[in-house]
Amino acid sequence: MSTDTSLVTRSHEENWLPIIELAVEEVFEMMVGCRVKAAAQSEHRTNEEFTAMVGLAGALCGLLAVCCDTKTAGEIAQRMLGGTVDSQEQVADALGEICNMIAGNFKNKLAGTDDRCMLSVPTVISGGEYSFHSLADGTCLETVLLFEGAPIAVRLQLES
Amino acid sequence: MDAITALIVDDSSVMRKIVERSLRQAGIELEKVMEASNGAEALAALQSNKVDLILCDINMPVMDGLEFVRQAATVDKAKGIPIVMITTEGSESHVVQALTAGARGYIRKPFTPDQVKEHVLPVLGKKQ
Repeated sequence: MSTDTSLVTRSHEENWLPIIELAVEEVFEMMVGCRVKAAAQSEHRTNEEFTAMVGLAGALCGLLAVCCDTKTAGEIAQRMLGGTVDSQEQVADALGEICNMIAGNFKNKLAGTDDRCMLSVPTVISGGEYSFHSLADGTCLETVLLFEGAPIAVRLQLES
Repeated sequence: MDAITALIVDDSSVMRKIVERSLRQAGIELEKVMEASNGAEALAALQSNKVDLILCDINMPVMDGLEFVRQAATVDKAKGIPIVMITTEGSESHVVQALTAGARGYIRKPFTPDQVKEHVLPVLGKKQ
């Protein structure tokens, strides 16, 4: 007998922000080698020059995005590689992987969801001259974390 | 421990570098490191190279990691080579699918070098 837990998990969306923040903190600690801390969104405006996105399909439908400025994206890539960064492609690759791991880590923490939610291959946009329009009409959870004092925005946009 | 040839399969070049570094940090001497960005490239690489260890992502374009493990099991030159999955997919069903298909280990991203050591050394027949 299978049990549909989607209603159970979806009814707790308002409690997911700490889970997202924990997922981000673990990814940065293990893969970037530094701690990030959640900060008040009102005090830290993120310059979104790099945006990495991973789509969610299945038990959760929507998008998880990680946004930061160019300098921060470069520093994340440099730390992940443990040395110099050769190209803009490597920076995009690194931020895409960070986003992918945050999305995976987040869904793995939601009981009953990890098995029934698929992730897309990451997409990364560089350059801030664009507007983001999501067709997902449900909850949008957003948090800002500080990486070496620089803000990184993490946004989960879900279909209702 | 003799130096080995490792094949790292991941669509992210940054992740391939991190996996290579983690293997070295685990004390595994690498004679040669080969890279592939999907399962199809990895199968092609196995045709003309002797490989001692394969580390493989699951979510990749062209051919994903689970399909790669299934197909590698039918390739003579790949038989007996230990495959360890390294992936963001953490569900029990993915673990079961991978191990049933022939993978010998399963590491969830994000991971630490110690976790790589813990899962890779046993499949190489080495004590931690």
